[in-house]
Amino acid sequence: MSIKDKAYIAGAYEHPTRYAPDKSLAQLHAEVAKGALEDAGLGKEDVDGYFCAGDAPGLGPLSMIDYMGLKVGHMDTTETGGSSYTIHVAHAAQAIAAGKCRVALITLAGRPRAEGIATGTAPRNYGAAAPDVQFEAPFAPAVANMYAMCAMRHMYQYGTTSEQLAWIKVAASHHAQHNPHALLREVVTVEDVVHSPMIADPLHRLDCCVITDGGGALLVVAPEVAKSLKRPPVRLVGAGEAPKNQMGGRVDLTYSGAVWSGPRAFAEAGVSPADIKYVSIYDSFTITVLMTLEDLGFCEKGRGGRFVADGALISGTGRLPFNTDGGGLCNNHPGNRGSMTKVIEAVRQLRGEAHPAVQVKNCDLALAHGTGGSLGTRHASATLILERE
Amino acid sequence: MAKAERAIAAPPVNPETKPFWDAAAEGRLLIKKCTACGEFHYYPRAICPFCFSDRTEWHAASGRGAVYSFSIMRRAPVPYAIAYVTLDEGVTMMTNIVDCDLDAIRIGRKVSLVFKPSDGGPPVPMFTLSS
Repeated sequence: MSIKDKAYIAGAYEHPTRYAPDKSLAQLHAEVAKGALEDAGLGKEDVDGYFCAGDAPGLGPLSMIDYMGLKVGHMDTTETGGSSYTIHVAHAAQAIAAGKCRVALITLAGRPRAEGIATGTAPRNYGAAAPDVQFEAPFAPAVANMYAMCAMRHMYQYGTTSEQLAWIKVAASHHAQHNPHALLREVVTVEDVVHSPMIADPLHRLDCCVITDGGGALLVVAPEVAKSLKRPPVRLVGAGEAPKNQMGGRVDLTYSGAVWSGPRAFAEAGVSPADIKYVSIYDSFTITVLMTLEDLGFCEKGRGGRFVADGALISGTGRLPFNTDGGGLCNNHPGNRGSMTKVIEAVRQLRGEAHPAVQVKNCDLALAHGTGGSLGTRHASATLILERE
Repeated sequence: MAKAERAIAAPPVNPETKPFWDAAAEGRLLIKKCTACGEFHYYPRAICPFCFSDRTEWHAASGRGAVYSFSIMRRAPVPYAIAYVTLDEGVTMMTNIVDCDLDAIRIGRKVSLVFKPSDGGPPVPMFTLSS
């Protein structure tokens, strides 16, 4: 059974806050849920499916369903870090196709900035029982130095340069200048990026995404529900997900799980990369975007550096407009989990509701891609292809 | 050359991995080899991640390898080099490159095994640039 044409995204909402010391985590989840329902023109009583990931407080769905007073018949807590929400969209479509629910609510929220978390540079530890931890934690893997090792290897193997990576940030900044909610709205140059302080060689500060509080929510609904609403219908036509890891010691840092999730999504949708008008690509770091674009087939493996250079990703002038909200690099990375906002901006583009300065003309087919976990150790890639009806 | 020491987190040893850390305390690096499919793997597991056989056994690694990739974390009280090193046996492991000029590290450089004490646990396997 395919999920093609079985579900629509009827509601999408990005919390405007980027710093929320005055709000609780549960409150942020509920605020984005409320925002998505208002966007769709649906009520809380219409929600019969709920999806959340590891960012939800307490017992995840149990705590948030209790807080929000939901009555649902389907729950899913697939947790793959920052790509969880792209996966949730696909799983919601599967549940809808199977008749398990008709209106699925997905929420994400976080407040790492209010909590003072050094997201990228403090070593992470997922607990003593994680089988990898004793073989990794002593060496202080953080987020930045793991992605940095991917960049280092890509440079070694393919000749990718810091200047080429910088173009990804430059394009994001060109978009963010038009987003009043973006954390960083200043347009930057390649020189600004490569002269910003080194965080973990070869990644500079401006190769890294922002740390923000906030969140987002989506409503994935059955076709008959979508047709009853006033919002422009955005239909899910393809989805793919794939984990990748160290492969038992056969480490290869030059590609991501997108080499598997992408073809699955394109095959289901019956389209190819050349058909895509707009892409939302998870941009935890500039290297994440470069590798993902290669792996999804937008260019040949190893040629990502040349593909993204010279403004190729800037809306209006470039060949492949990406992350027109400013992405995680400039706009927002709520809860250190970036795929929710990727889907939201793709929905805006397909509805024709992106900022006029960055709206892609005739945007009828878009791709949103998440990368969760760490590209340098173990991660999950998830690709969605969405179509305007 | 020698930088101030970074506190090294103690590995949380469990029954499955105790032989690895007992050997580390004796200055030996063990990796796992599957006697069913003949493949080395890393990190070590009781069940082979390739063929799923439980006939895995410990094998003393030569302690020689080459840098697959690395990064120097500059945003730390003491900058340090994290790396993936590909052992001569063919498996690639996460580690640190220590006891050398961090700026001299390059992908492909030959490295050799050293053990460094952890904070309250067994010593952990790291590598230094071979001269």
